Amino acid sequence: MVTSFIGVLFDGLAYGSLLFLISIGLSVTMGLMNFINLAHGAFAMLGGYAAVVAMSRLGIPFLPALAIAFAVSGAVGALLERVLYRRLYRAAHLDQVLFTIGLTFMSIAAATYAFGPAQQPVRLPPFLTGQVHVLGLDLGTYRLFLIAMVVLATLALTFLVERTRFGAQVRAAVDNQQASVGLGINVERVFSVTFALGSALAGLGGALGIDVLGLDPTFPLKYMVYFLLVVAVGGAGTIRGPLIAALILGVFDVAGKYYVPQIGSFIIYAVMVLMLLLFPAGLVGRRI
Amino acid sequence: MKRHPPSPQPSPARAGEGSEFMPMKGLPTLKWNRFEIAFWLIPIAAFFLFPRYLTLGSQILIAGLFALSLDLILGYARIISLGHAAFFGLGAYTAGLLAKHGFGEPLSGLFAAAAVAAVAGWITSFLIVRGQDLTRLMVTLGIGLMLFETANQASSITGGVDGLSGVEMKKIFGVFGFGLDGKTAYLYSLAVLFIVFNATRALVRSPFGLSLRGIREGERRMPAIGASVRHKLVAVYTIGAGIAGIAGALLAQTTQFVGIDVFGFQRSAELMIMLVLGGTGYLYGGLIGAAVFMILQDYLANLNPVYWQFWLGLLLVLIVLFARGGLMGGFIALQHRLWRPSR
Repeated sequence: MVTSFIGVLFDGLAYGSLLFLISIGLSVTMGLMNFINLAHGAFAMLGGYAAVVAMSRLGIPFLPALAIAFAVSGAVGALLERVLYRRLYRAAHLDQVLFTIGLTFMSIAAATYAFGPAQQPVRLPPFLTGQVHVLGLDLGTYRLFLIAMVVLATLALTFLVERTRFGAQVRAAVDNQQASVGLGINVERVFSVTFALGSALAGLGGALGIDVLGLDPTFPLKYMVYFLLVVAVGGAGTIRGPLIAALILGVFDVAGKYYVPQIGSFIIYAVMVLMLLLFPAGLVGRRI
Repeated sequence: MKRHPPSPQPSPARAGEGSEFMPMKGLPTLKWNRFEIAFWLIPIAAFFLFPRYLTLGSQILIAGLFALSLDLILGYARIISLGHAAFFGLGAYTAGLLAKHGFGEPLSGLFAAAAVAAVAGWITSFLIVRGQDLTRLMVTLGIGLMLFETANQASSITGGVDGLSGVEMKKIFGVFGFGLDGKTAYLYSLAVLFIVFNATRALVRSPFGLSLRGIREGERRMPAIGASVRHKLVAVYTIGAGIAGIAGALLAQTTQFVGIDVFGFQRSAELMIMLVLGGTGYLYGGLIGAAVFMILQDYLANLNPVYWQFWLGLLLVLIVLFARGGLMGGFIALQHRLWRPSR
């Protein structure tokens, strides 16, 4: 009983940290430009497919394939930001919602056309499969690897935002855009770079998550709620808020599906509506 | 060039929508103009001209009624909803279950469906009015998904993914039965649409409708003239939910079947596409958008459903980038240029 509880908790944490990795870019987009991007999951899916293609067709090992996923999603994100997203920063939320739903539909159709509707398999390298014994518990190696990757990414991201000059510009732009422009910060460029970085992290998350979340063309729609949820519940424009929210959601979702499978994903929606009622501005208050 | 900071309220980007295109002269009246009369002659003419397409015709009328309900809350009150199918589905299951268990009288089924959907809308409206755009979007989406899950799990009542079959309708007024030719279904849908449309048209032209317009243009200023934003949003959301319930009930009664997709996200998203395709905030926009959308879908989706989704997405992107007023916006701009050349 206790062991299974710890196992569920561990799986939930791994799942939650994956959600966090994918959603953090969305949090920045919403916090920085007040832009509702429902197509964020498409970047994660792109990363997943990039990794699958790199591994199965080009024979590249798993870890470099992750780097390729990161790079491809980041590049496509930067391109789309330049060409399309930039036009809509000042548009009404409704326009942004419609536009990004349109992009999501297009990405689903394109993925079905290119790869077919089936789930994509992933072959993990041997050193990431199997179980590890820690303090008398059997923990999945890949889950441990996931958590470690996300801890690393979070530390790197925190360092970037808290310690570097670029991070200071991002924080300034989130806090007060008008004043930042007045101080000579190129907010437009800051946003381009953060958007590309957010897309790249989503792509990395998508590639890492093939084994946990699965990968098929409906991915952007299937997990859209989860990504939005992490940001809406955690509070946009921060790192800490989405992290806490993602971990809570991950644990609740896994626990709900494990202990009360009859009501399945019902739990997550109930938790979401409850959280949004209790914290309308997110766990960590929005600063914009 | 674009380095100006975004304005806190994104109002200028909305030009070309709804009333902003037509400066109002005095209070609106209920008088019909010639375009409106001509518009309503189209579905009547279609009944005689295209007897083989009456099933598609009733689908269009039902989708139009559904789009009308979304126009009330999106076009007039500017509440972004990604889960409007929740009320459509509640209406469909209410009418379907009533008919399945022996209460197949159509009109009472419509009223029951409207009541159930309106009560659900009233309850959830309190969650809606609390938040801003993002929260509203999430809450509507979440409620829709919760209902989908519920219908999926309660398969002993709803039939689950197989859908609810065995819906048997009685004759309307005891005279007109739902036959295979679809004539009754078409005229029944048209009559319901016409009645509900007129009620809605009167509603948006009433003082209540004008105050909704006020909320849309400047939510923060409305309390200053003594209008309670909260109460009005609750009221309009409840009414919109009720109308969506009627549309759902119509679908259940005319097709004598309820599939679980009535709650699906796809339905909410497609509804939104129909509405923006036609143009938000005119009431007619939803009807025109539904007709164009359904006819296109009937034609293109048969070629290849996957491509259809791609074109759907592209259409949406193009509308947002270049044609924000939708078909109605374009029509009214044309009308202004042709009839009032002195500009």
